[in-house]
Amino acid sequence: MSAVETQEYAPVFTGKTLERLQEILTRYPTKQAALLPALWLVQGERGWISDRNMVEVGEVLGLTPAYVKGVVTFYTMYHQHPVGANFVQVCTTSPCNICGAEDVVKALLAHTGAKELGATSPDGQWTVIEVECLGACGFATPVLVNDDFVESVTPERVPELVRKYK
Amino acid sequence: MGYPHKPHAKETALLSKHFGDPDARTYKGWAKRGGYEAWKQAQTMAPAAITDVVKESGLRGRGGAGFPTGLKWSFMPKEKKKPHYLCVNADESEPGTFKDREIMRWTPHALLEGTLIAMRAIQAEVGYIYIRGEFTEPYAIMEQALAEATKAGVLGGHKIHLHRGAGAYICGEETAMMNSIEGKRGNPRIKPPFPAAFGVFGMPTTINNVETLAAVPHILRQGAAWYKAMSLSNPKSTGTKLFSVCGHVRLPGNYEVTMGFPLKDLLHELCGGMRPGRTLKACIPGGSSVPILNREESEGCLLDYEGCVEKGTMLGSGGVIVFDDSADMVYQIMRLARFYAHESCAQCTQCREGTAWTTKILERILAGQGKMADLDLLLDLSDNMTGKTICVLSDSCAAPVVSGIKKFRTEFEDYIAGRKQPVMVA
Ligand SMILES: Cc1cc2nc3c(=O)[nH]c(=O)nc-3n(C[C@H](O)[C@H](O)[C@H](O)COP(=O)(O)O)c2cc1C
Ligand code: FES
Repeated sequence: MSAVETQEYAPVFTGKTLERLQEILTRYPTKQAALLPALWLVQGERGWISDRNMVEVGEVLGLTPAYVKGVVTFYTMYHQHPVGANFVQVCTTSPCNICGAEDVVKALLAHTGAKELGATSPDGQWTVIEVECLGACGFATPVLVNDDFVESVTPERVPELVRKYK
Repeated sequence: MGYPHKPHAKETALLSKHFGDPDARTYKGWAKRGGYEAWKQAQTMAPAAITDVVKESGLRGRGGAGFPTGLKWSFMPKEKKKPHYLCVNADESEPGTFKDREIMRWTPHALLEGTLIAMRAIQAEVGYIYIRGEFTEPYAIMEQALAEATKAGVLGGHKIHLHRGAGAYICGEETAMMNSIEGKRGNPRIKPPFPAAFGVFGMPTTINNVETLAAVPHILRQGAAWYKAMSLSNPKSTGTKLFSVCGHVRLPGNYEVTMGFPLKDLLHELCGGMRPGRTLKACIPGGSSVPILNREESEGCLLDYEGCVEKGTMLGSGGVIVFDDSADMVYQIMRLARFYAHESCAQCTQCREGTAWTTKILERILAGQGKMADLDLLLDLSDNMTGKTICVLSDSCAAPVVSGIKKFRTEFEDYIAGRKQPVMVA
C-alpha cells in the first residue's frame, strides 16, 4: 500500500457483496475463475476499479496484484479511472458508421458537454466513448448508457436521450 | 421472421418464430409452445444416439467456421474419466452479426433446451454460457429464464452458469473464451491440444454457438431427415440460417431462410431493397471477417457454405453488411482494419503489428498522403498476416483489405492521385 494513502481502505467484499462472491465461487472448480465476476462486483459497487481494489480482489482470490492488473487491463469494460455518472458507449464500426454513427457521437459530445471522447464533462455527469461493434448492427446506431442498451439513436434523438439521464 | 419487421412469405421461421413475443420468454409460455419436449425426449436417449441424430441432420456450426456439430460432439471421450464441459458462445462481437442477441432476448429457453441436450450428448455436467459484457438485456433475460427453468426442475442435475465477458472481441474465439472463463486474459491457445481433449480447466470441452444449439431441439423433435431436407442448393448445407442484415437496406433486421437462399432475394425482397435512389455497391455476407463481394457477385451468390465459397467468400456468422453507392469503401475498410487493430490480443507479431500498420497505411491513403506502392505494400502485409498466427483474427483483418483493393482499386487510387478530397481521420 502506498505511503501517501491517508484514508482507511473500505473493503468491497463484506456483507452482501461477499455473499454474492461466495455464491459465484461455487460455480467454478478454481478460485481464479471467479476473477471476471469479482471485478464486475467491484465496478458495480465503486464505479471503477482502483489499484487498491485490485489488491483486495487478489487477496480474496489468492492471486497477485500484478496478475489481477494484467487481467483488468485486457478487458476494455473495466474502468481503471473514475468516469462520469453517466457512461456512454457509442458504436462506430463500419455497419453503424455507414448509417451515420459518427454524427451521433458528435451530437452526444455537444449535448452532454463532454466535448472530447473519453473526457468527462465539467459537471462530472458524462463520459462518452466510441466502442467497436455492440452486436446490434441492424439497429444503428446502438448506444449503451450505463447498463441501458438504446437502439436506433440518431443525432435528432440525442437531446431527448441526454435529458432522460440528467 | 424478419425481426423487427413483419415475417416475409419466403422466410422459414424456425428459430425466429417467436421473436417479438414476450410471452415466449417465460417458462410457462415456452412450455405452452412445445418447449422442453425435445429435452424430455433426449433424456430417454443414449448420449451417442443424440449425437448420431445431429450428425445425420447435417447441422453445421453457426458461429463462423461451419464445422459439423455432431462430428464435433463425437470427439469428446466416450468413456468418462474426467469432468466434461460445454461452453456456449454468446460473445457475438463479429461486426454485422446480431442474431444470437435476438435468440437470447426472445427465446432464452430455446437456448437452454439446446444447451441441455448438447450437455447430455457430450456427458457434461456443467455448462457455461459466455455472454459478452455489453449484452446487458440478454444477460438479464437469460438469468431470469435460467432461474425459472431451475425452479421448474428441468435441469435434471445439470448445472448451467452465465459468465459475463468484459469487452473483448477475441473472447469469441473458442480457446480465448476458455481462458476468459478461467479468469485469465483472453489470449487464444495454440492447438493442439484441441478442446475435446484439453479444454476449459484442462478438461474435455465442447464449444458451440448460440444459434447452433437453438437448432438442436427442432432436430430432435422433427428428425434428422426433416432437417436435412431443408436445403435449396447444396446438400452439405442443411436447415435454416438466421441472417442479420445491416447497413444500407431499407429494412435491416434478422431474416431466417433455408440454406441456399439467394442473397439477391434476401436484399431486394425481404429487406425491401436499397434506399430510394440508391444502388447496391458491395456486400459482406458472413460478418466483417470474410471477403467483400461486389454487386455482381452478391447478386449471384447463394447463401450456404458452398455458395459463398464459390464466390470467393464465406458464409461465416451470417452477418450481412450492405453498402450502397454512397459508401466510401476506403474509409469503411480502414474502419474495419481499425476494429481488428483494436481487438488484437497482441500475442502474435503478424497480427499485433500487421493490424496496426494496415490501419496506419489506410489512414495515410485517406489523408491524401498515400503512394501507389502502398497498395502493394498492403497486399504484401496481408499476405504475411494470413495463415501464420495462433488464431484467425489476423486473417480476418486481411480479408476485407485484399478483397477491397482487388474489387474497388480505383477508389484507393482516387485518394492517392488526389482526385478525391482527403479525409482527416480522427
Ligand atoms: C477472432 C474470432 C472471433 C470469434 N467470435 C465468435 C463469436 O462471437 N461467436 C461465436 O459463436 N463464434 C465465434 N468464433 C468462432 C469460435 O471460435 C468457434 O468456432 C464457435 O463458437 C464454435 O461453435 P459452432 O461450431 O457452433 O459454430 C470466433 C472465432 C474467431 C477466430
Ligand atoms: S457495427 Fe455497430 S453494433 Fe455492430
